[in-house]
Amino acid sequence: MSTETLIGLLVALPIAAAGLTLALRKHARQRDIVTLGALGAETALAGVLLSRTISDGTTAVRLGGWSPDLGIVLIADLFASLVLIVAIATILVVEVFALGQRRTPWAADPELAGPLLLVLTSGVALSMLTGDLFTLFVAFELILVASYVLLTHRGEAAQVRSGMSYVVMNLFASALFLIGVAVVYRSTGTVNMALLAERLPNLDEPVRVGIGLWFLVVFGTKAAAFPLFSWLPDSYPTAPTTVTAVFAGLLTKVGVYVLVRFHTLTDMEALQPVILIVAGATMLVGVAGALAQNDVKRILSFHIVSQIGYMLMGLGLFSVAGIAGAVIFFVHHIPVKTVLFLTGGLIEEETGTSRLSDNGGLAVRRPVLAVLFAIPALSLAGLPPFSGFVAKFALIDAGIDASSIPIVVVALLVSALTLLSMVKIWMAVFWGSPPGGPAAPVTEPRRRLLVGATGIGVAATLVIASLAGPLWDLSERAATELLEPTEYINEVLGTVTP
Amino acid sequence: MSLALVFAIAGLVGFGVHLITARSLSRIVLGFALLGHAAVLALLASGGPAGDPPLADRATSAEMANPLPQALALTAIVISFGLTLFLLALARRQHELTGDDLVEDDLEDRAVSALADAEAAETP
Repeated sequence: MSTETLIGLLVALPIAAAGLTLALRKHARQRDIVTLGALGAETALAGVLLSRTISDGTTAVRLGGWSPDLGIVLIADLFASLVLIVAIATILVVEVFALGQRRTPWAADPELAGPLLLVLTSGVALSMLTGDLFTLFVAFELILVASYVLLTHRGEAAQVRSGMSYVVMNLFASALFLIGVAVVYRSTGTVNMALLAERLPNLDEPVRVGIGLWFLVVFGTKAAAFPLFSWLPDSYPTAPTTVTAVFAGLLTKVGVYVLVRFHTLTDMEALQPVILIVAGATMLVGVAGALAQNDVKRILSFHIVSQIGYMLMGLGLFSVAGIAGAVIFFVHHIPVKTVLFLTGGLIEEETGTSRLSDNGGLAVRRPVLAVLFAIPALSLAGLPPFSGFVAKFALIDAGIDASSIPIVVVALLVSALTLLSMVKIWMAVFWGSPPGGPAAPVTEPRRRLLVGATGIGVAATLVIASLAGPLWDLSERAATELLEPTEYINEVLGTVTP
Repeated sequence: MSLALVFAIAGLVGFGVHLITARSLSRIVLGFALLGHAAVLALLASGGPAGDPPLADRATSAEMANPLPQALALTAIVISFGLTLFLLALARRQHELTGDDLVEDDLEDRAVSALADAEAAETP
């Protein structure tokens, strides 16, 4: 199979499978086989794409053979394929977890969740592989439409309430996105990102910086960056466990991903101070919000916000080391965050609630669960030898190199506070005495599948930590490509590389 | 680009944002519709001056309107139409549950801030 076909399939396969599972929705077994099969195949395709990109470099596909200023271009560079394989594999793990969680009160409705998860997968793939702004808008809508329905499909009061603010916030950002696309088209005559990389730097400084700021707001809203984050901790905890886990691992990260992509391609180095301030504020506000909460899922949701700050910090440094740090942070963060939410779900299955004050003593009853929580929690806080240490070390090292001391201090402080709030969950849920009241799960979940899926996720984070060396080399290569996008531009425009 | 179009876009965005900040979801739906129209108008305006329909053999390319922004606008219209319907469905469900369609406060957030108030009251 040629690399071009591969890239097309990565987008088309999940959406075709989504249609099939929707048709099969009343046949549980066939539906699950198709969902799992499609996600498995997608993971394999993404793996092949990564290995091809490592050996052969960037590949672009012009859909329908149109020239880049008219048609849609899909492009896979190292950054895209690296983040894509991690994202897709994470979705696969969550789907296995979802199979084990059927019939419990925290499960998503399988008739809808399967097809929607596949639509979301397709949207994630498209948003990472797309080469133009308008297709990016469509990919965002694909992800968001699936996420709106996943969030609210059970129609409970809490979900409808928080779903409203989630939907309205994202719709607003989408409208801003469209207006931004119009401004870009008016001023450059194209929405293709490779052409933009050539034409945007020639615009007048105010117009260029204005466009950069506009898209910082648009993508920042999707990424839940300060001060546009308040929709996230409100809505995520109300959704079914598997839905929250996928959202936590992927949705905001897609926002940061395109921010990194757009701002490096169009060389928005002038925005560096703004991005760094936003990054610092995002870290601090997220972690401070987490400290006040009394619910495992809500604490973890606030930590999504604070971790977004780290990725923005990497972008804000605008150096190869900084962006490489952001890339490796993507690779570490997506599985770690998802796995933490899955263990949050396991706690809920076990004791009937994720509230800290109604939990306790779980380490004695379920030691395996305690281990499954401890590893990603320590990784999130950035302790060696876990994957978070590698990622944070890279970012802080890059910060010191760039002598941006304030952001380094904030990053270290936030790491310490993250550890504090992980310890808070640990003390409340795993230590102490079990709560007085009867806390019996209503139905018996398929525990082996649940623990197995979470275990695979935890193992994956350990593998990432042990592969830190090669991963760092790849991230550095990806960062160099992002900052010097000649290969990207040549590949899209079809100019022959000398 | 005509100045009237610019003022129309600005007006639509202004009213749209005003309506979106309301508590009632039916107002938010209307606000979102206005914002959607503003975005579509902006896309249309970005294509340059009006011209003949972009059909081969009917006009030379110099006389044609730029079809690309129109294709983008069409896609945007379809998406915002679908999402408006979803918002209306959400408003209806909220009406079923609570008898109104107001966007409510985050209860857990209120609980946390009440806790903070209580702690502040305890420490003299």
